[in-house]
Amino acid sequence: VTDVLTAVALYLAIQEFNKVVFKKQKLLIELDKYAPDVAELIQTPMEMHYIPLKVALFYLLNPYTVMSCVAKSTCAINNTVIAFFILATIKGSAFLSGVFLALATYQSLYPLTLFAPALLYLLQRQFIPIKLKSKSFWLYTMQYAALYLCSLVVIICLSFFLLNSWDFIPSVYGFILSVPDLTPNIGLFWYFFAEMFEHFSLFFICVFQINVFFYTIPLAIKLKEHPVFFMFVQIAIISIFKSYPTVGDIALYMAFLPVWSHLYRFLRNIFILSCVLIVCSLLFPVLWHLWIYAGSANSNFYYAITLTFNIGQILLISDYFYAFLRREYYLTHGLHLTRQDGTEAMLVLK
Amino acid sequence: AGMAAVLPLLLPPLLLLLAAAGPGRARRDALREELLLSPLPAGDVAATFQFRTRWDADLPRGAVSHYRLFPKALGRLVAALGVRELHLALTQGFWRTRAWGQPPLQAPAGAELWVWFQPTVTDVDKAWKELSNILSGIFCASLNFIDSTNTVTPTASFKPLGLANGTDHHLLRYAVLPREVVCTENLTPWKKLLPCGSKSGLAVLLKAERLFHSSYHSQAVHIRPVCRDASCLAVSWELRQTLTVVFDTFSSGQGKKDWSLFKMFSRTLTDACPLASQSKVYVDISPKNKEKELLEVTPPPASVHEAIVQGDKRTYAVYDLLSPLLFNTSRSLNVQLKWKRPQDSSELPTPILHAQRYVSGYGLQTGEISTLIYNTHPYRAFPVILLETVPWYLRLYVHTLTIITKGKENKPSYIHYQPAQDRRRPHLLEMLIQLPANSVTKITIQFERALLKWTEYTPDPNHGFYVSSSVLSALVPSVIAMKDVDVEQSPLFTSLFPSSDGSSYFVRLYTEPLLVNLPTPDFSMPYNVICLTCTVVAVCYGSFYNLLTRTFHVEEPSRGGLAKRLANIIRKFRGVPPL
Repeated sequence: VTDVLTAVALYLAIQEFNKVVFKKQKLLIELDKYAPDVAELIQTPMEMHYIPLKVALFYLLNPYTVMSCVAKSTCAINNTVIAFFILATIKGSAFLSGVFLALATYQSLYPLTLFAPALLYLLQRQFIPIKLKSKSFWLYTMQYAALYLCSLVVIICLSFFLLNSWDFIPSVYGFILSVPDLTPNIGLFWYFFAEMFEHFSLFFICVFQINVFFYTIPLAIKLKEHPVFFMFVQIAIISIFKSYPTVGDIALYMAFLPVWSHLYRFLRNIFILSCVLIVCSLLFPVLWHLWIYAGSANSNFYYAITLTFNIGQILLISDYFYAFLRREYYLTHGLHLTRQDGTEAMLVLK
Repeated sequence: AGMAAVLPLLLPPLLLLLAAAGPGRARRDALREELLLSPLPAGDVAATFQFRTRWDADLPRGAVSHYRLFPKALGRLVAALGVRELHLALTQGFWRTRAWGQPPLQAPAGAELWVWFQPTVTDVDKAWKELSNILSGIFCASLNFIDSTNTVTPTASFKPLGLANGTDHHLLRYAVLPREVVCTENLTPWKKLLPCGSKSGLAVLLKAERLFHSSYHSQAVHIRPVCRDASCLAVSWELRQTLTVVFDTFSSGQGKKDWSLFKMFSRTLTDACPLASQSKVYVDISPKNKEKELLEVTPPPASVHEAIVQGDKRTYAVYDLLSPLLFNTSRSLNVQLKWKRPQDSSELPTPILHAQRYVSGYGLQTGEISTLIYNTHPYRAFPVILLETVPWYLRLYVHTLTIITKGKENKPSYIHYQPAQDRRRPHLLEMLIQLPANSVTKITIQFERALLKWTEYTPDPNHGFYVSSSVLSALVPSVIAMKDVDVEQSPLFTSLFPSSDGSSYFVRLYTEPLLVNLPTPDFSMPYNVICLTCTVVAVCYGSFYNLLTRTFHVEEPSRGGLAKRLANIIRKFRGVPPL
């Protein structure tokens, strides 16, 4: 049920997003911001018509979603709340978006980082420019922050009244942050902390938790014009680096991939990365069985697959990021680049 | 409660009396030693030594300074830490109840310590930690490994065995170390606590090289307050040191089941302990199946004692080491037992209550603990309290707890469950289960195994982790009505457990300890794991850093490096356009 709700929410969100993108494109074309020969890069309503359906189907038919549904994991509820949050944000309702973000943060701490993309999007929607000196910017930011924090405080106090003690805070958030349970999962950190020298464990726990929250500010600065893509990258980073990742989290950000299908021509390593991801997903249960049940493999085998899978995911996200930035460059500078002497040019990151 | 009020009034006149009595005063402490030899149904011999020191002193008030028979180490311990009852047992081996019958006093494999503290103790956990450390030093055992991860507070199972005013179970602590090994260095301090040491009396038989060559060896120390006399106006302190050992005479006696003291202990008794007021050897010569004598005991006993022990009428041959007649004929006493004809082994009696426990499942992820409790009484049903302590790294799924008797579900009338906290305390499950007559009850619970940090594994991690024995406490109905025993007059082995009424006797059984394997990480890999994981994180950081801090530029062509020039040369040879 929650999966269907998530799919519906994503569908509506992307539909709305498409409208926004289209409007923005039109505005920029009218403002002549685009270079003249980028006609093939502009998204047309025709190809964008089926994207919401593709997104919903991508989510529902993803084997990861099916697996987390069969396992009756609460990840589906997490995904639903985040999907509703995205829907509320894209529709422009600050109140609902704050409430859903508070719910998502209440469940697991990491959606806190989604506050920045949501804020950026809402500012964009209200046509408030992002200047540090602008009063309306700060006013709106304060409003949204207050909304979010108030709903979070309300939810936490509700829990307090239900339980009559504050014990749930160390149990829930302390558990997420301090990683005491080392049950193997698809993330990087269970084996890391299983083999950690006791002296350094606190240091490395802090490092890894900071690693999740750390990418928000630089991404906000770079992607302030494109908050929805920022949200996508942020969700992906959360699901790779959170302390107890599950395949349900991966399903959520993979559902967004059809939205950026127009980036396909700029992706550099998509074939090998999809092969890596598929092979690793297939090898996970095999090596788990060999380690735990057959006893003929070591924990190192499972750990190696974990490493490869996470590298695959990381490279996938950075590939999409690269393609997105490259398309933006082409949009503003023209598709056929020429050098000073008129020959075809190469584009590099410097 | 009245006793505590009366005590301060009694004490000054008592002291005056003792001071006035002078050197001819009655001794305030007494030692009784006893050895019970019982042939077990399967052909083994169980020897139970008991040394009981009773001391009429007021230990908790610390008003004593002169220790005579009572060991000073234990007396100071009781006084300083506010201990009301202390039971410590170090055991090697397992008592096979089905083959050997009900044990007189069983202990689980490893080390077991349970203590009731006085109500005046404010910080019980601190006192418990100090106590386990001090005992670890006294007995040369690693009792200092007792900490909060293997200590529990049972609510129903371990009621006080001595006098008790109230039973607030927060004053009780119970811990078992199943991995503990008992050896000679634990026996030596135990023997040192005896008033005669191992120099005279029954303790001369305690030779380590024979005692540890046995199927079961258990040495225990029990301290408890008892009534001084029938009116129970004052409290005495009782210290019982018990040692139970089971020898397999069948295999060591060239196929014959005859045994003698010399064959078992390689020593014989020469005299009684001069400090003891009573020193006796009891041999169980109860006729089985009401046949005429199957066995013959030499030298012939001076007297025969009949008692009802554990619901059975038993006959004992008594050898009183303090009587002058015993050592008239020979200087040493070597009790021998010969079987006149082989016993019919198909008639082994089964004990009324026995249990077994095992772990099932495959793989290193999940498993199931099953406990089977047998009630072989033909027509009486009785309840039994089951106490299970499971370490925190086996995560129990309590919703899978099932109790099935005769094919139907059996609901316990009392359940106390305390879930575990990771690295802080173990699971505690206590249940009161009614066992119908002539039935088998199966209790199963599933668990999941956790992955521990690599420093939390023992040096031999593939040996497995021990789950300590579960404890079954029951009042088993007895066929024959039992009279109330007077502690001073009757043999020591009949007064171990206080009996509430004559129709049942108290039994405490322990099941087998379990050995469970946990998934292990690779212990040779810490540095490699740290490097590889940090590499993955660095890949992410690196790619994102590149994309965030650099912008796209049109590339200025370079002439190409050496590799490109070489490639161009090769291409020219092949006829392919250059790069």
